[in-house]
Amino acid sequence: MKNFRSKKGSVINEEETIKFSFDGNEFSGFKGDTLSSALLANGIHLVGRSFKYHRPRGILSAGSEEPNAIITFDRGEGKITPNVRATTLEIFNRLQSFSQNSYPNLKFDIGAFNNVFSIFFPAGFYNKTFMWPKSFWDKVYEPFIRNLAGLGPAPLSEDTDNYASCYGHCETLIIGSGPAGIAAALAASQTEGRVILVDEQSEIGGSLLSSSNKKIDNLSSEQWLSKALNTLKKSNNVKLMTRTTAIGYWHDNFVALSERLTDHLSQVPEGSAREQLHRIRARRVILAQGAIERPLVFNGNDRPGIMLSNAAQTYLNKYGVRVGDNISVFTSHDSAYETAFEMCDAKVNVSVIIDLRKEVNADLLAEANSRGIEVHLNSSISRTYGKLRINAFEVYSPIQNKKFIVKCDALIMSGGWTPSLHLWSHSKGSIKWDKSISAYIPDKANENVCCIGACNGNFGIEKALNEGNSVFNNNKKYVVQEQSFGSGVVLNTIPNYLKKEKQKAFVDFQNDVTEKDISLAVQEGFKSIEHVKRYTTNGMATDQGKTSNLNALEIASREVGRSIEKVGLTTFRPPYTPTTFGTFVGYRDKELFDPVRKTPIDDWAVTNSAVFEPVGLWRRARFFPKNKENMDQAVARECKSTRDSLGIFDASTLGKIEIVGPDATKFMNLMYSTSWTSLKVGNCRYGLMLGEDGYIYDDGVVARIADDRYHVTTTTGGAPRVFRHMEDYLQTEFNDLDVWLTSTTEQWAVIALNGPHARDILEPLIKDIDLSADSFPHMSIREGNICGIPTRLFRVSFTGELGFEINVPSNYGLALWKILMTEGAKYRITPYGTETMHVLRAEKGYIIVGQDTDGTVTPFDAGLGWAVAKKKKDFVGMRSLKRKDLVNGVRKQLVGLLTEDPLTVLAEGSQIVINPKQPKPMKMLGHVTSSYWSECLGKSIAMAVIEDGFNLMGTDIYIPMPEDTIKAKVCKPIFYDPEGKRIHV
Amino acid sequence: MLLIHCPYCNKKRPEVEFAYAGEAHIERPNGINQLTMTDEEWSNFMFIRNNIRGEHAERWWHNSGCNMFFNAIRNTQTDKFIMTYKMGENLPTEKQIKAAKK
Ligand SMILES: [Zn+2]
Repeated sequence: MKNFRSKKGSVINEEETIKFSFDGNEFSGFKGDTLSSALLANGIHLVGRSFKYHRPRGILSAGSEEPNAIITFDRGEGKITPNVRATTLEIFNRLQSFSQNSYPNLKFDIGAFNNVFSIFFPAGFYNKTFMWPKSFWDKVYEPFIRNLAGLGPAPLSEDTDNYASCYGHCETLIIGSGPAGIAAALAASQTEGRVILVDEQSEIGGSLLSSSNKKIDNLSSEQWLSKALNTLKKSNNVKLMTRTTAIGYWHDNFVALSERLTDHLSQVPEGSAREQLHRIRARRVILAQGAIERPLVFNGNDRPGIMLSNAAQTYLNKYGVRVGDNISVFTSHDSAYETAFEMCDAKVNVSVIIDLRKEVNADLLAEANSRGIEVHLNSSISRTYGKLRINAFEVYSPIQNKKFIVKCDALIMSGGWTPSLHLWSHSKGSIKWDKSISAYIPDKANENVCCIGACNGNFGIEKALNEGNSVFNNNKKYVVQEQSFGSGVVLNTIPNYLKKEKQKAFVDFQNDVTEKDISLAVQEGFKSIEHVKRYTTNGMATDQGKTSNLNALEIASREVGRSIEKVGLTTFRPPYTPTTFGTFVGYRDKELFDPVRKTPIDDWAVTNSAVFEPVGLWRRARFFPKNKENMDQAVARECKSTRDSLGIFDASTLGKIEIVGPDATKFMNLMYSTSWTSLKVGNCRYGLMLGEDGYIYDDGVVARIADDRYHVTTTTGGAPRVFRHMEDYLQTEFNDLDVWLTSTTEQWAVIALNGPHARDILEPLIKDIDLSADSFPHMSIREGNICGIPTRLFRVSFTGELGFEINVPSNYGLALWKILMTEGAKYRITPYGTETMHVLRAEKGYIIVGQDTDGTVTPFDAGLGWAVAKKKKDFVGMRSLKRKDLVNGVRKQLVGLLTEDPLTVLAEGSQIVINPKQPKPMKMLGHVTSSYWSECLGKSIAMAVIEDGFNLMGTDIYIPMPEDTIKAKVCKPIFYDPEGKRIHV
Repeated sequence: MLLIHCPYCNKKRPEVEFAYAGEAHIERPNGINQLTMTDEEWSNFMFIRNNIRGEHAERWWHNSGCNMFFNAIRNTQTDKFIMTYKMGENLPTEKQIKAAKK
């Protein structure tokens, strides 16, 4: 195979040969090569197929802006990473890389039929085509879109790599290590503060590595760079970070850096992290991100072998690779001439320069002439040829109306330069249009930040060095011998004799957006650039339009007929380049990803085959299946055993707040609709908490432990918000009250015993509390000891049976549970889970806030009017309850439902109508909030909120379902032991 | 991520420790005064907020810190905090806000 290595590249180590593969073919390159430079050194340009049309695509750039050369690579053991830019991936031994979007192979791709039928894929194609008919969605549209969606294959196995993360602080953070960044770092190294210099590439140097040798202060740029590097490495306050991308910039100079630690290594050290996220807080940020060259938008500009001029220059100088043997240039900017001359000097044949401009600096023309390069001014390229790689193009001269063909094996282009404003924009700095360079440049900073060098619109090495230096008021002046960076023009249309419809001029290479698409979007009424972007998807691919945004803007501005400043730029958002999920996850992987919050009794539940469900942030046992029972069977058994004998339930997740202080009762009276003044020490009361809007916010049993001390319980999920709600009022509205709030949820383990034998099991275990019904009635609390463990023993019930809730310090929870399981054997004690708890409480009509209420239910709607104190002068929600619409309006009210067929269990959430024969859309009266099979009653039961429900008692209502309509009768929401005899035994 | 100065901790701490808690200086009428308010007056207190573009007085809660609620002047366009102050202190004057900007 032919070798395209022309000279020694600035980052290439020719001593170390590296073997790698691409699409199954073996190649070799050198240490320092990226995949793209190594492929080009082997004469390969064709590296992928485009996203929408599956057009053959080559390498466009030499950096992270690459839209085309997106590949998948395999590091062995199933470690597959898709959608990686070949231009930034360093090769290592045994690297296996693959092209994407091609089937069966890159040279013959079936998906390319999209290209032939491209007329059917105009802008807004998705929005237009996939609307109707609705029935096509599942079978036709969705499979089709899924097929198109995404680029590379998602990895099929778990990511076994480690990812690290850390915080960092510095006085100066410099992003970009080209001449501007280095000069700033040199100046900063002489200050007191800590300095971090980061660069996404493998070496410090930026454009110094990719341009030919220049003289900086009488040193060759190579010598100057190595001297500068030495100085920086010796400075104690400077940290150099390569292979590190600043991916995002947030408020107060908070910058996230993603450092790639091992992807370039053939041998990864055992246990080392693959990537590390650094969260840096910097006093001052200096952006030296450089600029990105713009492609020219002309017919056939996406053929492999067509490349940005600066990329060709980089491949030549940095990697020693020539991108072809017979090169032509198409440009509207002076900087392409430098590339052409350097190519020539490296003995590459450069035949022609096609320049869109009428006039070009005479020195450049003379230099071209001296090298034997033909320059055609005022000329354009109208077509390109070559199936899988460019082999010729047609030059068109609009003035003379002349056309001719030029043969080539590579075409390099330059449409001018776009300063990189990505991070500046993340930091919410404003931008302004600079006519002289036809680009946006930074304007006003929103943080302690500045831009230097090319990203500030100051091109050329000397300017970059001096601007970097001046940031620290350093007097030093750098002198560089370099060809003037020159200037260019930006055209919003490239002359062509072909009609626009016949042309395929790509703007966004990665998302396959053409000039035509943008014109069409504007014609169809999308005038805002943000809308044009979304309609055409321009700039929405993984490269975020780094090479396409400004070209799209020029075309949109032309079509809208408004100046570019008026059209505006789309917003840049983090991350700057695609970032692995692993980087964001860091150490919070596996069991740390979403930590499970367990009760003290969780271990026992695990060993006893509990099936769990998440509740709030907790993991709770849902039921305890025995002998292959399904959930319904297990729940029926658990319900029956509890009502017949004894059930045991882990209620530790209940929210608990200790409210203490001389004004505790006053505070409680304000926070709850319930009255607390008359509650005696040792008694409990149901507490109903409202929002200021009058709707039910939370509920729970509250015990008065002492005159100035309450033990409050909340719903499991509501604990944090109730605590916040209380703190808010205490600190900001009722701050004259002397009260302390302490969350005690995790301090208490709570074991609920329910059933006729609940007292029998406790009697032998508790010596210091009289458990008899007379001295310890329902809704009271006693403090004492159980098996020597201090306890707050509640006599309460959420089942309607005789019930106790034993609160013990969390550490004793599991031990006590085990004792109770042993002692309870004689009563066939049955552990039950949340599902049985739900059924038992529904049989009694006890509500669950958040299930039977939805934030629009008042206490009166829920039938809990008795829990609203009449005489209190103030409580949260009091005034809202008096609003006319709540008092007089038609309200949805909580009722019970019994289905006509007792075996039918309603679906929770299903809608209710009064007349199923009415025309559609029917009037919905409300919905089913809770519905269960009640084993104890031998029928299904349900609760529902229904408009004017209290007045519908005994009325038939209907629940229309897809298969049939279910008839049910409205009743009071209490189904079991309505007199409440069982609870008071 | 913003750095927010908690006036109780007297420390600048990262935004993740805090939660926004709505517009500041909206005083809840006590129970007696509530009864003299019309439904419209009450709903104004409950639901109507200024939604200022620019310098906004608002409440923040140091929930993963000292658990205190405090007030702040923050620019809703730049997201930046201009000053924070303790609950119960008066709404800063324009002069005080200006001074805090320096
Ligand atoms: Zn604090």
